[in-house]
Amino acid sequence: METIQNKRSFSLGLNKTIIYVVCIFLALLSIFPFYIMFVNATRSTAEIQNGLALFPSTHIKTNWDVLVGKSFDPLRGFFNSFLISAGTTLCAIYFSSLTAYALVVYTWKMRQPFFIFIMCVMMIPAQASAIGFYKFMYQLHWTNNLLPLILPAIAAPTVVFFMRQYLLGSLSMEIVEAGRIDGAGEFFSFNRITLPLMMPALATQAIFIFVGSWNNLFTPLILLTQKENYTLPIMVSLLKGDIYRTEFGSIYLGLSLTVLPLFVFYFLLSRYIIAGVALGGVKE
Amino acid sequence: MRRKGISYSKYGYLFSLPFIIAFLVFSLYPTLYTAFIGFTDMKGIIPKPVHVLDNPFQNFKDLLFDNPTFIKSLKNTAIIWVISFIPQIAVALLLTAWFTNQRLSIRGQGMFKVLLYMPNIITAGTIAVLFSVLFAYPMGPINSLFTALGLSDSPINFLQDKTTSRGIVSFIQFWMWYGNTMIVLIAGVLGISPALFEAAAIDGANARQIFFRITLPSLRTIMLFTLVTSMIGGLQMFDIPQLFLQGGPDNATLTTSSFIYNQAFKGGYMFNKAAAASMMMFVIALVLSLVLFYLMRDRQEARMKKALKQKLKLAKKAAREA
Repeated sequence: METIQNKRSFSLGLNKTIIYVVCIFLALLSIFPFYIMFVNATRSTAEIQNGLALFPSTHIKTNWDVLVGKSFDPLRGFFNSFLISAGTTLCAIYFSSLTAYALVVYTWKMRQPFFIFIMCVMMIPAQASAIGFYKFMYQLHWTNNLLPLILPAIAAPTVVFFMRQYLLGSLSMEIVEAGRIDGAGEFFSFNRITLPLMMPALATQAIFIFVGSWNNLFTPLILLTQKENYTLPIMVSLLKGDIYRTEFGSIYLGLSLTVLPLFVFYFLLSRYIIAGVALGGVKE
Repeated sequence: MRRKGISYSKYGYLFSLPFIIAFLVFSLYPTLYTAFIGFTDMKGIIPKPVHVLDNPFQNFKDLLFDNPTFIKSLKNTAIIWVISFIPQIAVALLLTAWFTNQRLSIRGQGMFKVLLYMPNIITAGTIAVLFSVLFAYPMGPINSLFTALGLSDSPINFLQDKTTSRGIVSFIQFWMWYGNTMIVLIAGVLGISPALFEAAAIDGANARQIFFRITLPSLRTIMLFTLVTSMIGGLQMFDIPQLFLQGGPDNATLTTSSFIYNQAFKGGYMFNKAAAASMMMFVIALVLSLVLFYLMRDRQEARMKKALKQKLKLAKKAAREA
């Protein structure tokens, strides 16, 4: 009996060692490219071409000068990206919650067909409408305008779907009824009663929409042609272009600058982000 | 007087209105417009009168039969997606099995989850550019690493070789997404009733049996959900291949989205060809989604039907009582 016990705990120990080794390896794999990036941001091109280094060097100032000297304007990019992402996030969570509220609280004839329709719309890839969208915006003279990057977020089917699932589970009709008895208008009771109740769902979705919009490259790339409107991902995509070809240190520094705010943001909020992925996944 | 008779149904329409308007203007109209452009001779940056082609399906025909690049881009998209998805789901499942196993009680789980999910949060564009400098030839960090570890004598030109460049793109996709898949799966496992696991443990099932007989079958819906979202995402793959090597070498990493972008916005301004390609992509997405949804359907619909029946029953009961 004892030997079996021993054997079992031994194999459990061995298993555990393997598991830890694999997990640590994967964790390092996740960090390694970013670490190299940050280190190389401080090294000169010559040093970088000399090989890999694990410790920072002293050339961050030179790299910065080269980077900014070649019209890379990270502040401008931050500002544009932030404006678009914040606008998108606000539009998407507010109007999606409103639509979800309509789907959950009211009984109307088109409710079920509308919901099925939203499910179908979720399947349309962005590229399917890109050409028409571009031509349409071109006719409206809305290229190089931030609005066509923000307003479409009002119709965000995935978010509506998520909010509906959340409301089904968490909103009791009694609260709405109670509000009605106290004389609250429908719109008021949505804004003042339901929205605060939805805070956890709003927060997790806000994080995802924000990050998704911040990282979006396709739509801004086709719509924005003027430099002063460029978002960070577009700026990054230019980093590899000819003018920087030989300035590796500056490329790494530029990349680091675009990643840094997201890193800070991520490590501050990682707990909620992870919980949010889980919530989004399980609720389908 | 009881105010039960008030109908609130108009608010249902009213509150859905912003969504419907935004959808019609920014999504439906552009999609239909794209479909229309696919049948015309619209090209060039300067607006010209547009005609529907004599043979409306000419653009589609050209793409399918006379455009090896388009066919290649479809194949590339499929290949890259498959190569990245298989290890992605495999590693995610393995980690899920480890992290949810009570007996193993892995320490530092929270930290591992945070670190493994991290690549998913960073701009894909940044990652693409980062990897292309990491794999630089002849003196990039990866080449230095290979030499230092004695894996190769001379520097390898990863980015000029079709297999390695495709492999690297697939690897990046894998690397960015397995953490996400893992967290979704873990959440799925946590959603399974603990009673099931307890019963199995009492019946003497070992960890492997529990995983394959209980965890996996219960995860079926979540797995299919992962499959659908990953497939749609894979079909739209754009940032990484576009910025990593601009589809090169020799179009080995050119995806369908990159093809569309190149047709319409890079030099040629072949809006009609790009629109036709978009529509074909849309049809493929639709067909594949329908297939997957068909597989996913049974349980969910059964549940929905049941809920509906219950609601009807309650309504009838309420009506009888009233």
